Amino acid sequence: MKNAIAAIAKSEFILFIREPSAFFFTLMFPLLMMLLFSSIWGNDPFPEMDFGYVDFSVSAFMGMVMATAFLMSLTANMAAYREKGILKRFRATPVSPSAILTGQLLAVFAITLAGVFLLLVAGFVFFNLRFYGNIFEYIFAFLLSAASIAALGFIPASLAPTARSGAVIANILYFPMLFLSGAALPRSMLPDFMQKVSLLFPLTHAIKLMQEVWLGGSLWEHPDHIAVLSGFILAGLFVSVKYFKWE
Amino acid sequence: MNSNVVTVIDLMKHYGEVKAVDGITFSVKKGEIFGIVGPNGAGKTTTIECLAGMRKYDSGSVNVLDLNPVTDSKLLKERIGLQQQESEIPDRLKISEAMLLFSSFYHKVLDWTDLLKQLNLWEKRDAYFSSLSGGQKKRLFIAMALIGDPEVVFLDELTSGLDPQARRSIWELVKNLQEQGRTIVLSTHYMDEAEKLCDRIAIIDSGKLVALDSPSNLISMYGGFTRVSFSVKGKFPADFFARIPGVESTKDADDKCIIEVSKKSAIVEIVKALDGLNQGLDSFQIQAATLEDVFLNITGIEVRD
Repeated sequence: MKNAIAAIAKSEFILFIREPSAFFFTLMFPLLMMLLFSSIWGNDPFPEMDFGYVDFSVSAFMGMVMATAFLMSLTANMAAYREKGILKRFRATPVSPSAILTGQLLAVFAITLAGVFLLLVAGFVFFNLRFYGNIFEYIFAFLLSAASIAALGFIPASLAPTARSGAVIANILYFPMLFLSGAALPRSMLPDFMQKVSLLFPLTHAIKLMQEVWLGGSLWEHPDHIAVLSGFILAGLFVSVKYFKWE
Repeated sequence: MNSNVVTVIDLMKHYGEVKAVDGITFSVKKGEIFGIVGPNGAGKTTTIECLAGMRKYDSGSVNVLDLNPVTDSKLLKERIGLQQQESEIPDRLKISEAMLLFSSFYHKVLDWTDLLKQLNLWEKRDAYFSSLSGGQKKRLFIAMALIGDPEVVFLDELTSGLDPQARRSIWELVKNLQEQGRTIVLSTHYMDEAEKLCDRIAIIDSGKLVALDSPSNLISMYGGFTRVSFSVKGKFPADFFARIPGVESTKDADDKCIIEVSKKSAIVEIVKALDGLNQGLDSFQIQAATLEDVFLNITGIEVRD
């Protein structure tokens, strides 16, 4: 079955590359947003700080890639598979739903890494991006964040009966999350009330955690974010294992 | 050793108020081509899905290759293949990629390149799924059903929507599968297909089994009489032939005489009588009963596409 997971991941990755709109929104859109805002604000250190706009917000753009890939792409894909009977075709074989989801997930994770790689290259090449944290702690924060967003994506991906309903659910989760979590604009610009609402989304906690660690903070100073992200992982796994729909 | 590879006893499956399968019992012997025929909505697909581990049934018992399709679903799926009536794979997946992908799902597999060659799809191996014609898609799904080297192959509506030539080539293919020692369970609403292809046929209607036998037995039991029709120059009353032994009914229709006979000898006598009349024969046809007649006589429904 390991073999099956690798084969699913490979074919899903190939299918992603052949889908121009998913390719653009996941890989190019966050990059363009980062290039646009970074060229407006530059990366000179803020007053009385040693980091600038790009250092601060690169983690938010990474969160944007994660949200687009795991929420939009994964949900759209699985819902379309369900609606067209592709999942039903898989079901006629010995392959398990967990292998299908894991394979999909690996493909989406590879796409996320590609998107993050583009952001980092752009940051280092054009904006003199600086990293202040511990690299291992940052990788942990990144993986935990990705897993948490993926788990949130699992819920509509496991349940949405049609491509259309999948897109609606994904959009309802995606856009508020994008604007409130600090991915599209800094959270400090939001009114107090909206800042509180934004804490409902795992992306907010993901971005906060990654930002803190990037700027030199320690992972262990943020058990709240870690707890929320872990909670979303458990909830997403529970729903997708228990309620996964083949058709 | 039990030579039955499929045993179904009193299978029931409801969808809400609708009884899709309403107490069906049959068994399939190793190596046979077993047909499930019936009109659309008769319960053919549901029956096949229950056998292939795709659906939980309400009551009854199902045994396929000594396994329970619900509890041993994963083990069973290693040893069977299913071609579904309506099925798809992603549009932008190439045929070779699809075959590789599905090969990865089974422990024991057939060489997918051979399968594509056998099914005349080798030239299409680099084409996207979305670019295939209906017949090519059907063949691809048969190839995908065969990847796991199945002992039992379930084919649901295997030629619906295909042109006559494509249907014939698929029939040949199914016969080949039988020669390879596989057991085939197929469903169809084409009576000619069932008659040509199947060793035994279960006729189901509204979720119930109404007849089960070989096509020739079904025809001799339920097909009704052989029909002889001819026309001769000038008008001629059909009841002239009524006294011949074995003639069951006579009818004048337009310029034709139509005579139903229950014995072959009656046909000879009719020909002799016609010869003696010396009236000049315009046309002469013998029409044996077909499965179509069986179906009509048993269920009272004409099978339509």
